[in-house]
Amino acid sequence: MAKVVRILMAKPGLDGHDRGVKVVARALRDAGFEVIYTGLHQTPEMIVNTAIQEDVDCIGLSIMSGAHNVLMPAVINLLKEKGADDILVFGGGIIPDDDFEFLYKSGVKKIFTPGTKIQEIVDWVKENVKPH
Amino acid sequence: MYSEEEKKKIEAEYREWKEKVFLKNFEKLPPRLGRFSTVSDMEMPEMCTPLDIASLDYERDLGFPGCYPFTRGVQPTMYRGRLWTMRQFAGFGTCFDTNKRYKYLLENGQTGLSVAFHYPTLMGYDSDHPRSRGEVGKCGVAIDSLEDMEVLFDGIPLDKVTTSMTINGPASVLLAMYIVVAEKQGVRQDQIGGTIQNDILKEYIAQKSWIFPPEPSMRLIVNTIEYCTKYVPKWNTISISGYHIREAGSTAVQELAFTIADGIGYVQAGVDAGLDVDSFAKRLSYFFNAHIDFFEEIAKYRAARRMWAKIMKNRFGAKKEESWKLRFHTQTAGCTLTAQQPFNNVVRTTIEAMAAVLGGTQSLHTNSMDETLALPTEQAVTVALRTQQILAEESGIANVIDPLAGSYFVEYLTNRMEEEAFRYINKIDEMGGIIKAIEAGYPQREISDAAYHYQRQLEKGEKVVVGVNKYVMKEDIRIPLLKIGEEVEEAQRERLRKLRQKRDNNKVQKCLKDLKGAATTNENLMYYILDCVRSYCTLGEIMGTLREVFGEYKDPGII
Repeated sequence: MAKVVRILMAKPGLDGHDRGVKVVARALRDAGFEVIYTGLHQTPEMIVNTAIQEDVDCIGLSIMSGAHNVLMPAVINLLKEKGADDILVFGGGIIPDDDFEFLYKSGVKKIFTPGTKIQEIVDWVKENVKPH
Repeated sequence: MYSEEEKKKIEAEYREWKEKVFLKNFEKLPPRLGRFSTVSDMEMPEMCTPLDIASLDYERDLGFPGCYPFTRGVQPTMYRGRLWTMRQFAGFGTCFDTNKRYKYLLENGQTGLSVAFHYPTLMGYDSDHPRSRGEVGKCGVAIDSLEDMEVLFDGIPLDKVTTSMTINGPASVLLAMYIVVAEKQGVRQDQIGGTIQNDILKEYIAQKSWIFPPEPSMRLIVNTIEYCTKYVPKWNTISISGYHIREAGSTAVQELAFTIADGIGYVQAGVDAGLDVDSFAKRLSYFFNAHIDFFEEIAKYRAARRMWAKIMKNRFGAKKEESWKLRFHTQTAGCTLTAQQPFNNVVRTTIEAMAAVLGGTQSLHTNSMDETLALPTEQAVTVALRTQQILAEESGIANVIDPLAGSYFVEYLTNRMEEEAFRYINKIDEMGGIIKAIEAGYPQREISDAAYHYQRQLEKGEKVVVGVNKYVMKEDIRIPLLKIGEEVEEAQRERLRKLRQKRDNNKVQKCLKDLKGAATTNENLMYYILDCVRSYCTLGEIMGTLREVFGEYKDPGII
């Protein structure tokens, strides 16, 4: 049997808006992926530790508070430090277009913004994430 | 309202019309949709007749404005006496930035203030705490101590302006800061008016900015109620909020039901603490969402008033009329705004604001068109405020009290909202009350299910959002956005560093020690928190001290 892609859906920072992350988590689960949800108020350290422990293939970061330029690169840098940068990171939330370039340069593979069809996210994961 | 004979006649005519006229017409042109339902997916009849409200009793179910059961409004004169308070939720950057925005809003005809705090304040951390990285001043204003609060309200007379503060876990601390700022302006605490949200139950359910577990959180809330009842009589001690429940994806009925269930939880907690229900009930207020489905919202507000009146009178045995009245603030639905074609958001907000006014709101926030992208610019917030002023002073909708009363459809829908919401409340009662229901994850799961259901409907095109899944345009969205730079975090850290240097640190330590001691007893903590605030203890120090005693609540992470 083929290995199934494992995804960690995570909420870094203090922001409590979890409607989006939960809807995406359910949709990814319904699409056949194995999904783990961290719950709210996670530090980058907590997220990276969970990702390594759970041996996931990618991490989806959801941020609505405007802290994305600090927290998304923090997660990526920690993954590098721990030699786990084969774990791919994508993100979503209230993220202005002007910040995309910085985030992509920091190593975020894809940003999804409000109004994205869930199917688009599912398709992107299917295409871009391969199980370890 | 109709005799049996009249009802029979209408019924016969209705049947005939439906078969021979209505359905017959669809043979030529079939219905546009398979199902007609509200945004909450409540299926709607094609129209209503007197039969749908056959059991409606005017005096029992509607009454007059300002009279039980308040379906038609809580004030006898409603908007003829005074318009609703126009209260735009605002806060960003430092206390200096936000003070400037408040003055701008007041100069432009806004009639009350509403403070948005940044995440570290909401969660009880100082701006220099490691967990505050990247969050300072982003979603609201950074308030770390009394010093910041003094600047926030500099030049704003607190005996004239009322202030609502969206703050929950640390509500007692921000209230204490506000009291002391007023004191320094020469305004006594019995003169100030305003609201602290102080609604921790909906934090566990939906908004998720919690600090402590339910029990100590409820104790802090009862402490603020007790304190305000004695000393700050014009203060609304809890703003029982459905707004965030709805934003998290609930249906209109769930918003109504879970919010009122929270209200029941607070009144019960007050009564259990030995307070007389009539001593504090009049200072509880509500806060609802104004979503896009126009009639569903109007019916929700009308049903809410009638439900609360019945609950307070019958369930809690409140004697005073003031205790029966559900007064509420409304905010238009952030979740209905789109990043695509953002100017359309002005139209959505107008429809939602109209529903709030026709539903009899006491105060209103209208969202700005750019809020799916960032905090609002001054230009965007001006349009939002003008929207309210146009509704109030041009449209004529504020001329007549409860103008939709008596509409077969509106009364039918009001009844239906009430019935369905009471079904949820009964279920929560059976579970042992709202705290037990929250611990079991019940409201959280119901909301998640509703959010997912709606998202699937959107994806299938069963629900339409213009510009998102229909009438999509290729566009380069360029509207000016408010940016909060990382320099705000630097500035706030520096302010804190200086404060910690110049204040009397012995006094700070003593106040925190006394607070910690009191937290392990049954004493009212408000007095200790006031002492801490006066000595310039920071918010993070006060909440940190209480965290040591009370512990922290952790997200059960229910998907």
